Amino acid sequence: MWYFVSPQIIFGEGALDALDEIEGQRALIVTDAALVKLGLVDRVKAHLKNAGLDMRVFAEVEPEPSLQTVLRGAQVATEYEPDWIIGLGGGSAMDAAKAIWILYERPDIEPSEINPFIRLGLRQKARLITIPTTSGTGAEVTWAIVLTDTAEQRKMGLGNREAVADIAIVDPEMAAGMPPQLTADTGLDALTHAVEGYTCAWHTDITDGLCLQAVRLIFEYLPRAVADGSDMEARERLHNAATAAGLGFGNSLAAMAHSMGHTLGAVFHVPHGRAVGLFLPYTIEFGAREAPDRFAELAALTGCSSAGGEEGALALARRIRELIRQVGAPTSLAELGLSRADFEARLDKMVDDAFNDTSMVSALRTPSYDELRQLFVYAYEGRVVDF
Amino acid sequence: MAIKFPSDEWIKELARQLNASESYEKSAKDWEGDFVFVIEPDEHHPAAYLFLGLYHGKSTDAALLSSETERPAEFIIRATFDNWRRVIEGKLDPIQAMMTRKLKLQGDMKKVMRYPKAAKEIVSCCALVPTDFGE
Repeated sequence: MWYFVSPQIIFGEGALDALDEIEGQRALIVTDAALVKLGLVDRVKAHLKNAGLDMRVFAEVEPEPSLQTVLRGAQVATEYEPDWIIGLGGGSAMDAAKAIWILYERPDIEPSEINPFIRLGLRQKARLITIPTTSGTGAEVTWAIVLTDTAEQRKMGLGNREAVADIAIVDPEMAAGMPPQLTADTGLDALTHAVEGYTCAWHTDITDGLCLQAVRLIFEYLPRAVADGSDMEARERLHNAATAAGLGFGNSLAAMAHSMGHTLGAVFHVPHGRAVGLFLPYTIEFGAREAPDRFAELAALTGCSSAGGEEGALALARRIRELIRQVGAPTSLAELGLSRADFEARLDKMVDDAFNDTSMVSALRTPSYDELRQLFVYAYEGRVVDF
Repeated sequence: MAIKFPSDEWIKELARQLNASESYEKSAKDWEGDFVFVIEPDEHHPAAYLFLGLYHGKSTDAALLSSETERPAEFIIRATFDNWRRVIEGKLDPIQAMMTRKLKLQGDMKKVMRYPKAAKEIVSCCALVPTDFGE
């Protein structure tokens, strides 16, 4: 027994026009200051105005949103009493919107209590629309929420199936202004979702197809979108791929690259997509030794290799490393610019946090504590995993 | 030789496996909280209650109880015999089982949610106990 949850997804060029038909009184737009400056918030506001809604903007979401930001946003919602909450932005803004929505609906619970095992009873006060402005996180269709506890320098993986948006508007024009590095980082995030969603222990028949198609699209269109941001065909296909990958991994689970990436991001403030993408080939190589079959199957279905077994899995890792290089992202922690001294000073914490990260439970080959430490060292040095 | 599940001998062997597991110790090094596992009765199996004391990555005690209140525990997990068996045999992920209410947890869920790896390690140790399910 398992579940597949999804918002209504409105996608493709012009999808934002669907906001004109929204029925309600007040909308709270949860976003960040950069999107206000870029004019994307104004585009959403214009549509909401067409729909006759009053609106307020909470544009205080920072990258890796903190508990404190979410609590402030919930306070704004409580005062404003919206019947729609709109998460506009990348994963940070959309995750913050989900958390703000929950705390607005349920002021009696603490953020840390948002877990998959409780009934929240949402949608009594408001409903949620998500509008991604990057092509990567998939947060527009997932019920996961990642917040940062700044005091503990630790990312908190929260979530509840009820916290999935009612409507996701996946309009490629909202992501068309991404610069090449952001396109690369977020695209690698989507790739990691798709690969881990396909290869994790929680994968399902329902999610496999979404993940597979997302991998195919990202292999083909990510390099094009990075090379030429005005290539709208590439933008649109990549935007769709990120949403498909979000549905795929959001209804299965991420795995070890996310565990390692979460802790790297929390400790060294590396953008999420760059962090998880960097670790992905290493974790595939690690899995290839003892549990290669899912990776090899994916390698075969995406045209990387028909060799099967360990050889096929390693071909997938090589293909992904080539893609990372092609889009100008780092393939090792050293390339990322971390000094050896800084890396070693925080290694114990990273190993400890990654070992206990939620995503670790779904890895097909689970590392011992010492193996995980070794994986971090190999990822620092850019060495192909051979253990 | 296989050990009958549920039994005093079985839960004590699980405790022994946990105490030999470095992965469990690392994943539960801050954990404080005892469990009672309730095997709900059905037409083929009577109710049974297993106590597992857990503290800082080690099992401090393990016993078959006569009732679920015989020993106070911070957490109680209930499931049918068949679902316990599926968990022990690795056919049902314990986290997914809790999410789908196949395992029903009574206690502070947010505390449990911080230790998913420890839950997985406990199940890994269950798999190391040669188990006789009475067939």
